[in-house]
Amino acid sequence: MEKLSAFPFDSGAQWRIIRPSRIPPILMTIMAASASREFQAGVLALAPLLVGVIPFGMIYGALALSQGLSPAAALAMSSILFAGSAQFLFCQLLGMGAPVTVMVAEVGLLNLRHALYSAAVAPRIAHLHRRWKLALAYLLTDEAYAVIARREAADDTGPYRHWFYLGAGLALWGGWQLSTAAGVVLGARLPADWPLDFALPLTFIAIVVPLIRNRTLLAVAAVSGIVALLAAGLPFKLGLLVAALAGMAVGWRLAGGVR
Amino acid sequence: MSIWLVMALCGAVTFLIRLSFIAAEGRIAFPSGFRRVLPFVPVAALTALVIPELLMPQGTLWLAWDNARLIAGLAAIVIAATTRSVLWTLVGGFVVLGVWLS
Repeated sequence: MEKLSAFPFDSGAQWRIIRPSRIPPILMTIMAASASREFQAGVLALAPLLVGVIPFGMIYGALALSQGLSPAAALAMSSILFAGSAQFLFCQLLGMGAPVTVMVAEVGLLNLRHALYSAAVAPRIAHLHRRWKLALAYLLTDEAYAVIARREAADDTGPYRHWFYLGAGLALWGGWQLSTAAGVVLGARLPADWPLDFALPLTFIAIVVPLIRNRTLLAVAAVSGIVALLAAGLPFKLGLLVAALAGMAVGWRLAGGVR
Repeated sequence: MSIWLVMALCGAVTFLIRLSFIAAEGRIAFPSGFRRVLPFVPVAALTALVIPELLMPQGTLWLAWDNARLIAGLAAIVIAATTRSVLWTLVGGFVVLGVWLS
């Protein structure tokens, strides 16, 4: 039992040299409880998304092997890239024999959307230690961001909400690694007539549709979709790149262009 | 080039994109044009990915009632717009796909 003199408020001089071990146990307990409550809330908020992530991860594992990746490389990619749609694209491009520059450019463009999530999260975690920022940046995916944005819309208070972000991010990370491993192990034994790959478009429909809140965003979606169909014949799936750029250009123009 | 090197490159690019604004907060100001285009990036990229999956499931345009992926995708869009629930969108999409294929 610590003596009361360790309490931070009893002396003007003492609070300055306070270290975590000097924080009174009761305060530590309250802090830990809030942090762990936030963490659990993050895990729970993300859980429904795992319904889409698990089949998606299994399909990715099987696809990676069929396109010539070794099981070790297929598993490692889930940690190195940690981006489902980009991992899919990577495997497809690998199977087509796309040049390295095309692969890096397309993965980069497809993942450019994460810059938006980064910008949205940045002011909320500006006060945290660098280690936290690196970890949360690594864990910033569509799914985690969708959950974080919903929480922030409902309640943007709470000094421990970075624990919520961490909970959501780690829940997705764990689900992704496990389902990828399942896909690698099961590989070709997954029944070919199960349309598990449909989890990819369904997950993105669930994420994109609520984002389309005004006419500008609807126009962006329409242009991207139409250009994606028109440009589908381009080699190495470059149509995806062209369509995404066309959509962004339309949005930029409608939002005022050069000012 | 080794596949591991390509993976590392793609991983580094992805991580740097995710870190960009988080690391730059309070230090570097991004050009306003870049910030203005940001809200459109997820919608543009993800729609470009989804639409061909629904309308060209076998590589050519397939606009017909017997294209189960198109029907299930449309159902999923309606469910997503009304419920805003990821879970119901996934469940509904898969159920419609299963029913349409059977």
